[in-house]
Formats: sequence, C-alpha cells, structure tokens
Amino acid sequence: MTQHKDFLTRLLRQMLLIRRFEEKSGELYGIRKIGGFCHLYSGQEAVAVGSIATLDLSRDHVLTAYRDHGHALAIGMDPKVVMAELFGKSTGSSKGKGGSMHLFDPNRHFWGGNGIVGAHIPVATGVAFKIHYNEEAGVVLCFFGDGAIHQGVFHESLNMARIWNLPIVYICENNQYGMGTDYKRVSAEPDFYKLAQSYRMHGEQIDGMDVEHVYDQVMAATAMARKGNPVLLEAKTYRYRGHSMSDPAKYRTKEEVDQFKTQDPILHLKSKLMNNHDLTAEDFDQLDQEAMTQVENAVKFADESAAPAVESIFEDVYTNNSSPPPGES
Amino acid sequence: MSLLTFREALRNALIEEMDRDPTVLLMGEEVAEYQGAYKVSQGLLEKYGPKRIIDTPITEAAFTGIAIGAAMAGLHPIVEWMTFNFGILALDQVINNAAKMRYMSGGQTSIPIVIRGPNGPAEFLGSQHSQNLASILTHIPGLKVICPATPYDAKGLLKTAIRDGNPVMFMESELMYQLQGEVPDKEYLIPFGKADIKRAGQDVTLLAYGRELHTALAAAEQLATQGIDAEVIDLRSLRPLDSETIFASVAKTNHLVIVDESWPIASLGSYIAHLVAHDCFDLLDAPIELVQMEDVPMPYNHALELAVLPSMDKIITAVQLSLSSTQQA
Repeated sequence: MTQHKDFLTRLLRQMLLIRRFEEKSGELYGIRKIGGFCHLYSGQEAVAVGSIATLDLSRDHVLTAYRDHGHALAIGMDPKVVMAELFGKSTGSSKGKGGSMHLFDPNRHFWGGNGIVGAHIPVATGVAFKIHYNEEAGVVLCFFGDGAIHQGVFHESLNMARIWNLPIVYICENNQYGMGTDYKRVSAEPDFYKLAQSYRMHGEQIDGMDVEHVYDQVMAATAMARKGNPVLLEAKTYRYRGHSMSDPAKYRTKEEVDQFKTQDPILHLKSKLMNNHDLTAEDFDQLDQEAMTQVENAVKFADESAAPAVESIFEDVYTNNSSPPPGES
Repeated sequence: MSLLTFREALRNALIEEMDRDPTVLLMGEEVAEYQGAYKVSQGLLEKYGPKRIIDTPITEAAFTGIAIGAAMAGLHPIVEWMTFNFGILALDQVINNAAKMRYMSGGQTSIPIVIRGPNGPAEFLGSQHSQNLASILTHIPGLKVICPATPYDAKGLLKTAIRDGNPVMFMESELMYQLQGEVPDKEYLIPFGKADIKRAGQDVTLLAYGRELHTALAAAEQLATQGIDAEVIDLRSLRPLDSETIFASVAKTNHLVIVDESWPIASLGSYIAHLVAHDCFDLLDAPIELVQMEDVPMPYNHALELAVLPSMDKIITAVQLSLSSTQQA
C-alpha cells in the first residue's frame, strides 16, 4: 500500500510540475520572455505522465508533436534546460535552435518535439522499425493530437506497423479540438480508436483524465506491442488553454471548460490519495510548493543564461561523422 | 578494371556496403521480390533476405519517414524512390524532418540516410514523370545532393553516401542505367564536394551534371571540329558544391556555359552563375550562358520533349554566343 502511495505520489509530483511549468510559461509568454508558438499542456497531464511512467527509458522511446513540454518533463528532462530552450538560451536543450516545439533528449530516448501535424508518426514508426530490426526489447510511444489523425501518414504508418509487426503504441490525445475545430465536425468516425480495426490492430478508448487508468491501459498496450502487436489508444482528454498562446479559444464556452475542470486529472488524483492513502491537504500543498519552486528555479536559470553566440547559426547543420561499421568506431 | 553498367556499379556499391555494415538496409517499392523497378537491386533479396531488402507499400511519405526514424535511432537505411517524381509526396519528411532534425535538436541527432532513384526526364513520360528535382533539393540546408554521371562515379559516390552521417539525396537517371564504363575491381570511395574535369580544354568551360554531362561531352566533341576546345566539368556533387574547381576553370577559359536540367528560375545553374559573376567578374570575357529546361512542364510528344530539354545544339549555340561576345568586346 505504501509502495502504491509512493507511486501515485510520484505521478502527482510530475503532474504538478507540468501544470505549474505551463502556467508559468503562459505568463512568461505574455511578457515576451518566450516567443513564437507556444502550445500548453494544461489539462492533459495525466496522459503523458501515466503513459511514460510505464516505460524503461533505457530501451523504450518517446516521440510527440509540438505540444511537448509535458512529455519532456515526464521523461525526466531538467525543467531548467526546458525553460532555457523556451527562452532561446544557449543552455537550452537545443541551444536555442529548437524552441517550444522542438524539445529533444536522445539520452532518454526522447526524439522530439515535431512542428508539422502528424509528421513524426512515421518517424516514430521508424524508431520501432529499428527496435524490430535489431531484435531489441523496447517499445515506442507515439503521441499526437486528434488533429493529426486524418493526416495520410498516420494511416500509412499504421498499415506498415501492422504488416511488419512493429513494437509501437500510437496514443491519440483527443483533446477535442484540432486548433479551433471540434473533432466531431471533421471526423467521419469520431471514435478514433475504431480506426485501428482497419489495420487489424487493437484499438481502445481510455480516460485521459485519470492517470492511474492511463498507466494501466498503456502498460497493457505496451505488453502487446512488445510482442509485435502495435496498438492504437485514444485518450479522451481536454486542454484548458487555447491551441497556442495566440488563441483566445472563442470556439467553446466557459461552461464547457469549467465542466472539464471538474474532472481535472490533478484534483482527481489528489482526492484519490486523500481518500485512500492518507494524503493530507498539507502534504498536497507541500508537493505543489515544491513544483512551484522547481519552476521558479528553472525560470531563474533560463533568465540568467547566456544567449547563444551569433556564430552558432552555422553549427549543427551537418555532422562531420561518417558511419564506420560497428566495432570500428 | 571491369566494364560495368551504371546499374551494376550502383548494385556493387550496395553489396559492398551491405557486406560491410549490417545496419545498412534497402527499402522501397518493388525493390525485393520484383528485383527493382529498374533492376538496381536485382539479386539482393536472395543475397540478404527480406529483413534487409524490404518491399514497401506505395506510401512514399511514410516509408521515407520510417527510414528517417530508423536512421535517427541508429540504422543506415537506403530508400529507393521509384522516381524522384513520386518522392514529391515525401518532401515533407525530407525537408521538415531529415534536413532539420539535427539543427532543431541542437546537434543531438543525426540522420544517416540515403534516398536514391531516377531523377529527371526520360522519354515519352509526360509532365508528372519528367521532372528534375535537383535544384529544389539543393536549395535545402541540411541535405547533401549527389548526381553522378558515370558508372565509376556512381559506385564511388554511393559508397560515400552510405557512410555519410547526413541525409544524402542521390540522383540517378533512367536513361543512364544501361550506360557502360570502366570501374576498378578494387574498393574505392569518391569524396563529396569534388567536381571532376571530364574533358580538359582551353577556350570555354562547360559545366554540367548527371545525364546532361553526356550532352555536354558530345557538344564538346562537335565544337572540337570547329576548332573550339571546350573544358567539360562534371559537378557530381551539387551540395556541397565545388566552387574552387569551377573558378579555376573559368580563370583558364574566361567563358562559362552552364548546362542544368532544371527550370531556369531560382535554379542551381542561376546560383552558380551568380557565384561566378561575383567571384570571377574580372575573369569573364563574356556573359555567362545558361542552357536549361525550357520554362514549361514536359509535353508527351517526343519532338516537343526534345525541344524542352537542353540539347547539343543549344549548348553549341550558347558556346558560340559566348565566344562571339568576346570578339565584340
């Protein structure tokens, strides 16, 4: 029981970090410390946190789209390095060349952070192809939004994942809006998990607001995928903020947003921990305070970091490495 | 030395590199059981099995993306596009992912992939099958673009491409696969970024690459009968570009005719003309002449098709124009 409490508390800690990180990012965007496109993950925390908690990142891999801060923090990237990247600083994960949409941490097998809707789905499938080719034990989690599911490459990738039996779980985070478009308006089959049937693949709809449920479902899905049976999960979730910072989200009502906030994944886990595991309100406040402190430290680090040198624009276009055969490197 | 066709030279490069490095694999439409649409991969399925010689469905975008992901994760895939015309479907993967992943990740990733196949017009194929994408792809930082014109260069450059740590676009031509040439029996590599003087001369520099090299060489022979001694330079590598060899030749001949099977506007030829005009302004005795595709889609009728393409006559006329400008000066 204590072990389970520790586990759930770890998930709560991560979700709080993401929530506080995103609130701060929104604030800093407002005062132009962060520029460009900035897509916040608030409301969807349970999906990234619950899913990624199932992985062994020494052998498993994660790819996602441009709403990637949550996944980056969930795989364990240092909030300082992530915030510094949002600030465009030399200490950022991509040395200021990537920005909000392009967070990478190959050491933790996190391969981005992709800004073209759906374009990373074949890339993620290729990482699964590599696992299969090398006969390794890993699995790939490929996250994308409801907006990506109608892109051709989604369907093309699922087809090849199935014919080649690749170890991959496709996780559609259905936050209900592709930018400003209600997914039901543009989907011939609004129950996305059913699309898996067309590719003879297991598909399932899961509650993306319940982190423990997400964990259990993704764990079951990865077990299938590791045996060469790719899976499509549709996680029903909701984003509290607009599509990006420039979106006032006038396509939905305040009542709708408030209604979803009653299912808030953090509050849901909080009450579960309080009811079943003796978490106190003080304990929760303490955890929340820790998250805020981590974010404050990240902001301080980013703010005080040096800007990248202008000469660095010419670096990182090409690698000088050729690829020697294994054993000769 | 052995007399090999262009396709045999390519095949031998594939065989040598696949023997050298087990992470090298070939994927594409009809590469395995059909033995290759143009028979470059003939016999390879039997030799390496379906694990490494992989037939894909007709989904250029996704199988190119899969190869990109596999490359990022550690394999060395070679993708065969049945033609570069079909590769247009996959340009999102090439331009947005392969060419930019390293930069966006601040140098944390690399994409050692080769994308190869026939490029440019053949005969009677109509507008959609008769395009040369060399200029379009050479425009993109993050890619390397190689365009061999002889069996010797094809083999040496393909081996270098497979060992390069960056995405390499390797452009062949349907009309060259049967072309024969001497190829050493011993292993050799040809470095990128080195143009090759295919015919030394004193009076005018003819710059060409790919299939049009042979048109330029034929024009040079014709010009010789008129007492004009043309130097013919084969670019071989479009990006990186060997401007040094070009400038040295212009310094010798003081006249430049560029033969480029691209449409003229914003083409590789026009860029090289800018480089030479800028760096060799005082060395030029006449305006630089461009012989390119006419600025129209390719028609089906063969007489019209020939009228659209660069030709020996067009090259000779351009040379005569260039040399006559001198006399006027």
